[in-house]
Amino acid sequence: MKRTTSGSPQALLDTEAALHDLFVRGQAGDAAAYRDFLVRLAAHLRGFLGRRLFGWPDDVEDLVQECLIAMHNQRHTYQSDQPLTAWVHAIARYKVIDLLRAKGSREARHVPLDDELEVFAGSAIEASDARRDLGGLLAGLPDRHRLPIVHVKLEGLSIAEAARKTGMSESAVKVGIHRGLKALMLKIRETR
Amino acid sequence: MKTDELITWLAADAAPVPPRAASRRLALALAVALPVSLAVMLAAYGVRRDLGVAMGWPMFWVKVLFPACMALAAFVAVQRLARPGVRVGAAWLALVAPVALVWVLALAVWIGASEAQRPAMLWGVSWRICAGSIVLMAAPVFVAAMGVLRSMAPTRPALAGAAAGVLAGGVGASVYALHCMELAAPFLAVWYVGSIALVALLGAALGPRLLRW
Repeated sequence: MKRTTSGSPQALLDTEAALHDLFVRGQAGDAAAYRDFLVRLAAHLRGFLGRRLFGWPDDVEDLVQECLIAMHNQRHTYQSDQPLTAWVHAIARYKVIDLLRAKGSREARHVPLDDELEVFAGSAIEASDARRDLGGLLAGLPDRHRLPIVHVKLEGLSIAEAARKTGMSESAVKVGIHRGLKALMLKIRETR
Repeated sequence: MKTDELITWLAADAAPVPPRAASRRLALALAVALPVSLAVMLAAYGVRRDLGVAMGWPMFWVKVLFPACMALAAFVAVQRLARPGVRVGAAWLALVAPVALVWVLALAVWIGASEAQRPAMLWGVSWRICAGSIVLMAAPVFVAAMGVLRSMAPTRPALAGAAAGVLAGGVGASVYALHCMELAAPFLAVWYVGSIALVALLGAALGPRLLRW
């Protein structure tokens, strides 16, 4: 896995500022900015979780995905006047503890209260394969949630095109994706 | 399943997010739950008959306002605990201050009282129903606050549950105070504070179970 570390204080400030800008634009509905944000966030999470979970390298990508879904579903809990670093770190740490606890690891009680800044201190672009099959979990969702997600993803269709393809209204597609991602998170929890 | 694919799904769900969700939802929940608490009090208990006269007494206002102040501080604490990476900060102090104030008041009255006066100050005439009644009137707010927390992302669920308990207990005690005839500070220091603590403990116990996400 290719890793870059850029932990100088200025680099961290720049990362915070750049990600904050993208995220705030995403919160306002800018899908392209939000996508950029998620890609960069995923790389940072991969680096951070890789360091946290060095005993379980196979779990890193699963947890990256779980954190991304959690952050997406909980993005209404972020307020733009708050450091993004703190928000991302708190969620990533919560999910690490959750995972270690599920593994029955005693380390769950000793997850270090590390410096929040650490979460953006490194990044790893190359993803290893996730073990958990999100596609399989997705198949268990009802059509009204599954179809919008599948169409928008597989064929890279826009919401409007996915609506035409599925015969659903655009707002129904949006609601379907939204609810589907929440339901997916529940499925992930069940597989623990 | 590639993470890139997942990101495509997530980006497709980039609908605008309304700001300040935590405080808005909590305020809305209170706006619904508080009238329910009041209705329970009015229907099952009724306000004290001498309310008009009692409103002229400072101790009546201590009794109504100290739990209300705790609830206010707990409101701030809950909406902060609902959001990852936000520190509760001075809200803890604002939450403890009313309790400290009532305890100091109670101690002063207790020390100044004769041996014969003390039991009445501590037990009053209604200690048996005090805790149960406050918990009953706290229930609507407790359910509403926990419901809001479930829609948010508390990373410290026991603490968040406890804060929701103080919010509910504070509101419940404040509402019950409109019915309750007791006025002695030692009674408030033990039974009111104890009842609020009870709801807080309940919240702390239920938090880790109900607030996982």
